[in-house]
Amino acid sequence: MTEPLRFHYLVDGGNFTSAGEASVEVKKKLRQLGFSPEVIRCVSIAMYEGEINMVIHARGGEAEVLVYPDRIEIILTDQGPGIADIGLAMQEGYSTAPDNIRTLGFGAGMGLPNMKRYTDEMRIESTVGVGTKISMTVLVNK
Amino acid sequence: MKIRKIAELLQADVLCCDERLDEEVYAACGSDMMSDVLAYVKNQAILLTGLVNAQVIRTAMMMDMHCVVFVRSKQPSPEMVSLARENGIVVMRTDFRMYEACGTLYSNRLGCEGGAHD
Repeated sequence: MTEPLRFHYLVDGGNFTSAGEASVEVKKKLRQLGFSPEVIRCVSIAMYEGEINMVIHARGGEAEVLVYPDRIEIILTDQGPGIADIGLAMQEGYSTAPDNIRTLGFGAGMGLPNMKRYTDEMRIESTVGVGTKISMTVLVNK
Repeated sequence: MKIRKIAELLQADVLCCDERLDEEVYAACGSDMMSDVLAYVKNQAILLTGLVNAQVIRTAMMMDMHCVVFVRSKQPSPEMVSLARENGIVVMRTDFRMYEACGTLYSNRLGCEGGAHD
């Protein structure tokens, strides 16, 4: 089993303007590694939505990206409020984001559905009052 | 449709990357909600929006978009223009409202079945 390449980022929860910088970095690295534009787009959009979610809902968190020859895994961990009803949160259009977030162009209830749309596998583990861990996998050869 | 033609049709001011005006685009997406934009995948597309913050440019970067058009006379900040320039994204602004801007491009066949190849 090949050891994966690992990239680790801290997502600053207090700064909406810088949200997404880790996803931009990952996109650049995957491009340098020679992955196809489709794979890169799927990984970077899913991670970007996750980063935005961590900034909006959880005062930031951590992102780890593992690059294997056949797949890319993205693991997002936060110590935010947790998701009370994951089924509801997965519905397009359902959002608990405050109104001021909508004026910034997010909070439309599309974040988690988009993350699922662009990944081949997505797992959410969440405990209210403790935090959330989202693991996503994008396969390289589709 | 060439990006240059889009600037002409929308009577837009080009704010950066004018060396890329002869690139072709084949689709367009108009929205102020960035997650709606992220749900939409088309190659070589442009984004029209009335939202002004750095996440607009970052959304365009994630989607590999070639051009962002700010409608309703919205003025992006120098930092936003600089981020777009670093990433080779043409930025322009128009006095057209979203409805007029999208309607103008659609009626000139951008994003229509068969596409616009002028």
